[in-house]
Amino acid sequence: MSVRKYADRKRYFFLSVEETQAFAADYATGIPPGSVIALIGDLGTGKTTFTQGFARGLGITEQVGSPTFKIVSEYKGDHLILYHVDCYRLKNGADFLNIGGETLLNPDNGVTVIEWADIIEEILPAEAIVIHFSRIPGKVDQRGIIIEEHRDEIISI
Amino acid sequence: MEGFIPEKSGISCYQGNRLIVLGIESSCDETAAAICSQGRILASIVSSQEIHTLYGGVVPELAAREHERYLNSIVDRVMERSGLILTDLEGLAVTQGPGLAGTLLTGVCFAKGLALSLSLPILGVNHLEAHIFANFLAEPDLTYPFVCLLVSGGHTQLWYIKGLQDYQLLGTSRDDAAGEAFDKGARILGLKYPGGPEIERLAAGGDNHAVDFPRAFINSPELEFSFSGLKTALLYFMDDVKSGRKTAHIVDVAASYQAAIIDVLTVKLAQAVSRTGVSTCVIAGGVAANTYLRQSVTNIFENEVKVLFPEQALCTDNAAMVAYLGEIYLSKGISTALDFPVKPNFSLVKK
Repeated sequence: MSVRKYADRKRYFFLSVEETQAFAADYATGIPPGSVIALIGDLGTGKTTFTQGFARGLGITEQVGSPTFKIVSEYKGDHLILYHVDCYRLKNGADFLNIGGETLLNPDNGVTVIEWADIIEEILPAEAIVIHFSRIPGKVDQRGIIIEEHRDEIISI
Repeated sequence: MEGFIPEKSGISCYQGNRLIVLGIESSCDETAAAICSQGRILASIVSSQEIHTLYGGVVPELAAREHERYLNSIVDRVMERSGLILTDLEGLAVTQGPGLAGTLLTGVCFAKGLALSLSLPILGVNHLEAHIFANFLAEPDLTYPFVCLLVSGGHTQLWYIKGLQDYQLLGTSRDDAAGEAFDKGARILGLKYPGGPEIERLAAGGDNHAVDFPRAFINSPELEFSFSGLKTALLYFMDDVKSGRKTAHIVDVAASYQAAIIDVLTVKLAQAVSRTGVSTCVIAGGVAANTYLRQSVTNIFENEVKVLFPEQALCTDNAAMVAYLGEIYLSKGISTALDFPVKPNFSLVKK
C-alpha cells in the first residue's frame, strides 16, 4: 500500500560551476513531469549555470543560453520539454500572466525552470521547488545553493 | 516614424513582380505594421514610437493583450499613411517566430483573419531572417555574400549569408548576449537602463586597460561567445572596490568592461570574415550603435573589407523587414498554408 506524506525538505550546498552543473543534471533525472522550479538569486549567482546542467540531465544537447531577452526558451529533452523562463525584464506576476504564462506554471508535458522567480512570487504554485543562489564573499569559485522542496509525496510501505 | 527609410532603399535584393504586402510583427516587445511594394517601404509603424501620440499613454511592453489592443489601430494607421486601402493589398507577411508564444499568436491570428477575409496569400516569416534582410533595406548597395554580426540585447550571432535561404550560423553566445552584458554590467555599476549607452558615456573618459577583464574565446579559433564570466568578474571586482581591497575609478571600470566586450566582438568578426573570405560585413542590432565598436571594427579591417552599419530604426524590431522579406517570397509564389502554427523556437538553420 502507499500513503501520502507531506514532504518539506531543505538542503544546503556549496558548489563550483562544474559541481553545480553535475548536481543539476543529476537532479533533473529524478524530476517528475509538471514540476515548477523557482530559481532565486542575484546576478552572477549561478541560475543559468544550474539550468544548463539541468537541461543536460533531461537529455538536451542544444546550447542553453540566457533567456533574459526572449523571456521563454523551450527545449525538447528525451522525455520532457524544458521551459526555461527568465523574469528579469518583468515587473510582477500580472506581467507574466499577460504574456500567456499560465500554461508555464502547469507544464503537464514538461518542467518549467524560472530564473528571477522572486519577481513573480505571488503567482508561483505552492508546490514549486524553490532554489536560492548566493555568492560567498571571498570565494570566487563557489556558490551557496539552498533547495527547498515542498510537495506531497506518495510513499510505498 | 515616417520617412526614415530612403526612397531608393531595398532595390538591390528585390527581384520579381510588384506586390503590395502588409507585414506584421509582434514577436516580443513591439507591435508593428508596415507596407512594402517593389522592395520599397510605403509606410512603417512601430508601437513604442507611436503609442504615445496615439493614446497619450505609456508604452506597452511584453503583453499579448497589449499587442491585441494596438494591432487594429496600428494597421489602420499604416494603411492611412501609405495612401492605400485594405483591398489594395496583394499579400500578407507575419512573424511566425522565434519569440513569445502569446505575443506571436496575436499577430499571426490577426494576419490570418485578414488573409482569409481578403482572400490573400500569407507568409509566416522567420524573425531572424527578416533582421538579416533589413540590411538590404538599409544598405541598397549590399550584395551577397556577406557576414552579418547581429548584436543586441537578445542576440550575439555571426551569420554567413550566401543567398536567399542560404545561411550559415558561424557562431553564437553560449550564455548572455552582448547587449545583455552591457545592461547587466550597468546594473552592477549602478547605472540606468538601457545600460549600453550609459556605459559608453562613462567609458569615454576612462582607461580601457585599467582592469584586466576576461575575454572569453579571444585566443580560440572557435567562433563562440560567452559573456557570463565577464559579468561575474565585474561583480567580484566591484565587491573588492566596495570592501576597500581595490581602488578604481568608475570611468576606468566602465571603459575596461566595454573594451572586453568590444574586443571579443571585433576579433570574432575578423575571424569570420577571414574564414569565409567575404569582402563585406554588416553589423546590425542595438549594440551596433556603440561608437567604440564602430571604431574598433573599422580599425581592424583597414579599408580592406567594406563595413556597413545599417540605420538603427531598421536594426531594432520592426515590421518593414517583415513586409520586405514577405514581398521577396510572395512574389516568387512562395506562401504558407493558412493553418500554420506560431513557432516560438523557430530556427533559421537546421540543428
